[in-house]
Amino acid sequence: MPSLKDLRSRIASVKSTRRITSAMKMVAAAKLRRAQDLALAARPYSERMERMLSSLAGASGGLGSLPLLAGTGKDDTHLLVFVSTDRGLCGGFNINLMRQVRRRFRDLQGQGKQVKIFCIGRKGAALVRREYPSALVAQVEDIARPVPSYDKAVEISQRITAMFEAGEFDVCTVIYNRFVSALTQTVTPQQLIPFAPPANSGTAANGDAGGAAYEYEPSEEDILSELLPRNLAVQLYRAFLESFASEQGSRMTAMDNATRNAGDMISRLTMNYNRTRQAFITKELIEIISGAEAL
Amino acid sequence: MADKVNFELVSPQRLLLSEAVDMVVVPGTEGDFGVLAEHAPLISTVRPGTITVYQGNAVTDRIFVAGGFAEVTAERCTVLAEEAERLEEIDRAAVEAQIRELREDLGSASSDEERQFLESRIAVAEAKIEAVESAVYQ
Repeated sequence: MPSLKDLRSRIASVKSTRRITSAMKMVAAAKLRRAQDLALAARPYSERMERMLSSLAGASGGLGSLPLLAGTGKDDTHLLVFVSTDRGLCGGFNINLMRQVRRRFRDLQGQGKQVKIFCIGRKGAALVRREYPSALVAQVEDIARPVPSYDKAVEISQRITAMFEAGEFDVCTVIYNRFVSALTQTVTPQQLIPFAPPANSGTAANGDAGGAAYEYEPSEEDILSELLPRNLAVQLYRAFLESFASEQGSRMTAMDNATRNAGDMISRLTMNYNRTRQAFITKELIEIISGAEAL
Repeated sequence: MADKVNFELVSPQRLLLSEAVDMVVVPGTEGDFGVLAEHAPLISTVRPGTITVYQGNAVTDRIFVAGGFAEVTAERCTVLAEEAERLEEIDRAAVEAQIRELREDLGSASSDEERQFLESRIAVAEAKIEAVESAVYQ
């Protein structure tokens, strides 16, 4: 039976843990509001840009001269951009992502492809390094301080483009957590290079402009060669923002659970403590009484 | 609605404007163009300049954009701006200070890429000043 002193110190330590987790929950909730606004505000831009690109790509009909649009013609090497977090204590956030990465990795390797991983965030990098140390080709940290910036996304997209131009990979897919609500995030893979029009593009189907001949100012190629790298940066930026909002949501939920667990634990321990204390008192009383009777 | 254009202006940070308007004038790379309803489909790059929004004959909005893309179809006009700011919200002194700062950075820039980047930033900031000035005289 644990001594009273042990129980007291355990209760104290669980209480301070609860204070920390509930503070973290509060912080995450505050950040979540901001992150959510940012993520939602960025959606229209990236969606419009995707729409514009798909109508452009559809209209230009196999403009094979731009590798960012058409690909390199093969798909031997895949680059996975893995958007994780810098800090832990956010529930299954990184683990869920890693599961998807692992599955893709195995699938692609099964098909005899080579896979490289571009890792964003410290936690993901640690996971990848443990499992696929040779696949980790690049790693970026601290993209979200205090919030993900567009400049950072541009910088990373330039790095990816440079790698692409150097022929280091053929297909690039970004894997991130898409923000649905504070409680739900969905792991979303999105192919960035070559450009893949979204499968559910209802806009293309309802025939606005119907892929009709656009006029281009300046030329189609000039626009595409400007639009494609921009699109890459924008899609990455959006992935970062979604991931950031998801992280806060996930952390908030995880910390809420932790706070609740700590509360349960405290009441269990307190009960235990009181029982033990009572037992000691009873024991002492018995000793006194039996001592008195013996006289 | 048939004689209106659904105009949308989005920047990476937010959806700035989304409304049905009579006409917008967009600063295209190869010259300004006005968009009315039933405009021919067009995709153009946008240079730093001012987008002017008209309701009837009156100007309802003037917004500075720092380049981007415009997509026009018969019923809508979408501008994807890199950066967008209402003219009346631009703080002229701040922009001028920014230009000075950028110029200083340009002097100490080490690589060509950096220099190019800074030059483009300066061009945008100067266009911003110009936009503010021309609005004052109108």
